[in-house]
Amino acid sequence: MDNRGIDFGFGFLKQEASFDMQFTLLDYDGQDSYAWAYVVALLNTLLVSFLGIIFCTILGVIIGVARLSQNFLIRNSAAWYVEFFRNIPLLLQIFFWYYAALRALPLPETAEPWFGVTYMTIKGYYIPSMIWENLNVFLSCLIAAIVSIIFIRIYARKLQEREGKQLPVFYISIGLLIILPLLSFLIGGVKLDFELPVLKQLAQTSFIFEGGIALPPELIALVVALSLYTSTFVAECVRAGIQGISKGQKEAAASVGLNPNQILKLVIMPQALRIIIPPTTNQYLNLTKNSSLAAAIAYPDLVLVFAGTALMQTGKAIEIVGITMLTYLTISLSIAALMNWYNKRIEIKEK
Amino acid sequence: MFKHLKQLTSLVAMIAVVFAFTTEAMAKKSKTLKNTQKKGFVRCGVSQGLPGFSNADASGNWTGIDVDVCRAVAAAVLGDANKVKFTPLSAKERFTALTSGEIDILSRNTTWTLSRDADIGLTFVGVNFYDGQGFMVRKSSGITSTSQFKDGISACTNIGTTTELNMRDFFNSKGIKYEPVAFEKADEVVAAYDAGRCDTYTTDKSGLAAQRTKMKNPNEHIVLPETISKEPLGPVVRQGDAVWEDIVRWSLNTMIEAEEYGITSANADSMKTSDNPAIKRLVGAEGEMGAAFGLDNEWNLRIIKQVGNYGESYKRNIADTGILPDRGPNQLWTKGGILYVPPAR
Repeated sequence: MDNRGIDFGFGFLKQEASFDMQFTLLDYDGQDSYAWAYVVALLNTLLVSFLGIIFCTILGVIIGVARLSQNFLIRNSAAWYVEFFRNIPLLLQIFFWYYAALRALPLPETAEPWFGVTYMTIKGYYIPSMIWENLNVFLSCLIAAIVSIIFIRIYARKLQEREGKQLPVFYISIGLLIILPLLSFLIGGVKLDFELPVLKQLAQTSFIFEGGIALPPELIALVVALSLYTSTFVAECVRAGIQGISKGQKEAAASVGLNPNQILKLVIMPQALRIIIPPTTNQYLNLTKNSSLAAAIAYPDLVLVFAGTALMQTGKAIEIVGITMLTYLTISLSIAALMNWYNKRIEIKEK
Repeated sequence: MFKHLKQLTSLVAMIAVVFAFTTEAMAKKSKTLKNTQKKGFVRCGVSQGLPGFSNADASGNWTGIDVDVCRAVAAAVLGDANKVKFTPLSAKERFTALTSGEIDILSRNTTWTLSRDADIGLTFVGVNFYDGQGFMVRKSSGITSTSQFKDGISACTNIGTTTELNMRDFFNSKGIKYEPVAFEKADEVVAAYDAGRCDTYTTDKSGLAAQRTKMKNPNEHIVLPETISKEPLGPVVRQGDAVWEDIVRWSLNTMIEAEEYGITSANADSMKTSDNPAIKRLVGAEGEMGAAFGLDNEWNLRIIKQVGNYGESYKRNIADTGILPDRGPNQLWTKGGILYVPPAR
């Protein structure tokens, strides 16, 4: 490295970054340090991964169950969906959603509102933002509701073990979740206002929306592409999990008098999850790593901002690529650890 | 007696070794030059396609004024301007490619700045295009000056460039809130701007003029008159090989000085009999202008004959292609521009 005139060191992290980012979760300005730019970019990566994991799980479960449907149309559309989205390279799908699908969207001035108050445009999805008064009262009510639900569940289980009685825990939980926060509005002095996006003219033919929250099209395209792609793999895991439970289990459960709901909840799902979780963990890890393809469409994630702009401006290739690799390794191992912990919890307790 | 003889021989041997090393050093053969001559081609890093500067046609032939710098070096050190291997690089990859030794010259519309020159193991050898950052907008927007920019404007650009930093300085100094949308490849920036994702596209003005030719309807876009930065673009070499650095610097200087003295690819041979010693030195007919680089005496004649002088290169690549017909500051100092190179003597 000396030969090539490169010096090694991490001092650059304290220097002023002096570039701006399009989309950040925390306050960031070009005057902040490279270290802070790293944190902000990392959060963008985590946001995409988090949203992607949530959506791909929801979609994956629906598609996976649909593939086992008795209905010919549902079963076959689900199969087509899986075969279509999992056999096209992810990068192409990202380009498709960004350049083809999002480009077909209207300019801000011609956008029709969705649900009355949100606007989907080529420059992003504009939604109202919430302005809270006494947000902490609302939050403490919400936490109180969740804590009491946990206690009620524990009590209900003990009651069932002791006396065989069953409490309608689900309805009680829903009720608590609605009533307590509602009370905070009525007597806690909590107020919620919405700031609506308003069209603003920048020049003769150039408009944007102001106010509210703007979700950049880059984020939307990335989350859509990652979720659709990964959901096909999750769907296959779910299908395998459910098919892996023998029919006898269901019949045996029915013969001891459990209703269909209880069969699914108490007999099928606990066993299916054991098959579903380990391969699904792999898919979550893949999604997180694939999120680095964000660099292709200008979403300011860790790779674009830190291993891109910051690397370029400082020339510290070895340090920055090293930090970036360690970061992805840490994220992946953390997800794996979390999923392994969950897997341990639900696996067969052998005595 | 024999004992002394033994000491004497070892002394002689030592002197011989030292002498061998010093003559080796005095021959000044650059390591990069040696490797280049061994390989038989110059390894040159260029852009991924910027018309006028470095652009490949359908059959893979590279043209442009940045490309011509590498061709000039190839003509000088290998005798054939076509013996160049071009490596297209993104803005992000370019410096790593050079410092890691994947290429030997980076001639990729790269801005000469203090931190790049001093920090990251690079040396800038000169300027082959004086540029400045500007903005492009859609004509229909009615914007004719950057003073009409308003809060909320979105600006498309490349990551890893001085553009990204200048843009911030510009908008901050004007107190305008803006949305930066930074892509890795120039083609992606153009596609996004062309589709309406951004209100303005900012990069070096030469780049704007060149990229405009790639748009769906070039006439719908205008480049605003303001220039917000100095962007001297030039070739870069790795730090630590002073001779190679000199070869690249003087290959570029030769092209510019040849224009000054009216030497062109067509008349270069006949200039050998010129009365002007400055001209004779530029075509290898007088002096020992190649020895210091470890090259023969006609290295500069080959550059002019095979690549042409700077004016020819500019005309061929930038003026005749309609990118920037007006040479502006990139005119010779004798004709009102700022192209002024040290004399070859």
